Amino acid sequence: MKSIRIGSGAGYGGDRLEPALLLLEKGNLDYLCFECLAERTIALAQKEKKANPEKGYNPLLEYRMREVLPLAKQTQTKIISNMGAANPLAAMRKTAEIAQYLGVKDLKIAAVFGDDVLDQLTDLQDLKILETGEPLHSLGNTLLSANAYLGVDGILQALKSGADVILTGRVSDPALFLAPMIYELGWDRSEYEKLGKGTLIGHLLECAGQLSGGYFADLQQKFVPELWDLGFPFAQVDETGDGFVSKVAGTGGRITPATCSEQLLYEIHDPANYLTPDCIADFSRVEFKTWEENKIQVKNGTGKKPTEFYKVSVGYRNGYSGEGQISYGGYDCVNRAKWAGEIVQKRLEKWGFEEIKTELIGYNSITPFPGNPESIPEVRLRVVAKTTTLEMARKVGQEVETLYTNGPAGGGGVSQSADEIISVVSVLLPKDLAKPQVEYLNC
Amino acid sequence: MLLREIAHARTGDKGNISNISLIVFDQKNYELVRKRITADRVKEWLGNMVKGEVLRYELPQLGALNFVLYQALDGGVTRSLQLDKHRKSLSSYLLEMPLV
Repeated sequence: MKSIRIGSGAGYGGDRLEPALLLLEKGNLDYLCFECLAERTIALAQKEKKANPEKGYNPLLEYRMREVLPLAKQTQTKIISNMGAANPLAAMRKTAEIAQYLGVKDLKIAAVFGDDVLDQLTDLQDLKILETGEPLHSLGNTLLSANAYLGVDGILQALKSGADVILTGRVSDPALFLAPMIYELGWDRSEYEKLGKGTLIGHLLECAGQLSGGYFADLQQKFVPELWDLGFPFAQVDETGDGFVSKVAGTGGRITPATCSEQLLYEIHDPANYLTPDCIADFSRVEFKTWEENKIQVKNGTGKKPTEFYKVSVGYRNGYSGEGQISYGGYDCVNRAKWAGEIVQKRLEKWGFEEIKTELIGYNSITPFPGNPESIPEVRLRVVAKTTTLEMARKVGQEVETLYTNGPAGGGGVSQSADEIISVVSVLLPKDLAKPQVEYLNC
Repeated sequence: MLLREIAHARTGDKGNISNISLIVFDQKNYELVRKRITADRVKEWLGNMVKGEVLRYELPQLGALNFVLYQALDGGVTRSLQLDKHRKSLSSYLLEMPLV
């Protein structure tokens, strides 16, 4: 029975590269996929593209391609990635330029786009924002980007045309992995059970190191060996959609039913109804069996027909945030830091700030249950506030800094920052309003 | 007994929704955890961090529960003023919960 091997080269836009290169060298892969887009990444990339029409793709694209292209060519491994972000065409041109510079020949590079639906939304201002229930026009003229989570269509088209490197904009994360399965294993687009199984494998792989012990490890009952040298995972999938996940021997990390179970449910709501553009995947009966150390069989995924809509992430300008931090240590430090926070709060209120948050890092910033202040050796006051201009946002850090000479005793180590807030909401778009498109460059 | 002695957990985020998986180390403890760690108890334990409802899904074959926490991310990762905007640390705090 035919099977293919697909590796996971990145779990987020800024991920490490050596584990991906090791997969290329030793993973005996057919495909290596890099998942590089979080919810907001495209909105930020769109902002970059507006400033420079040749930018707006993943900032590590050049670095990755310089290392990946020669190895991929040598090992006959195809590369699929959403590193195109807001500008897959520019990413394709840049990749071709790098291939030429490196002397990597006979390479067909594809750009998959059509996910940018900002224009289509102009006439659809009544679409309901999923998070708030408000109509889209409630965001006024602040819209910056709108990208539909496309499915496998564009990638499939590129694969059929013989592309070696495929750079997409927004597609669903599992689609990066599902497309080569459909193409290589001859699945029909209506075989939803198989698409569900393929989506399951894609979902397990899409966060790279999170399957092999990253974001899992602790020093109690979940020790992960050589975590510093974490290996990224790959999957082998056969025509039925079943398969296993594993990693290259000799790398750090661990793949076990426990690491797989955590990743299975990562960012999943109802496990029986995981909505993707290609199918509604059903993970509710999935099982993991250990075949050998770090080689786990994945069973019982399935799927159903998808909905008629694409989910669209809408990025919009949402004001500015300013932040300042200062540390207090030694006797009664929690109380001195609280006092400092009250001082900044009062002063910001005087400046007209309305949304202000003060918290003590090391005491109550992430925990729902603050500890005993007496036993805490040091804390860091963090003040953050939302406002309408960058100039106002800078005042937050400035006010924290003035605590040096005007605040409680012994404050030190001030840091400050201010930036625009780009927020993201979602709407549903009928599928016929977004058309996947593909362009190619041969070099 | 604390939950962390018999189970592990991972937090994920989407928009303003957080989800925490809770997975027993040993299948023999699944029924106990399923009975004791209800959606209501999780909501109560995490206090005012979770403004909306909490739903629970069961995956007995994996010894796993999946808690979905609505309005739990201060408006969402892309607008929150929190230090830990994704609230990735929630799983560790869930595991501090006593079984009874």
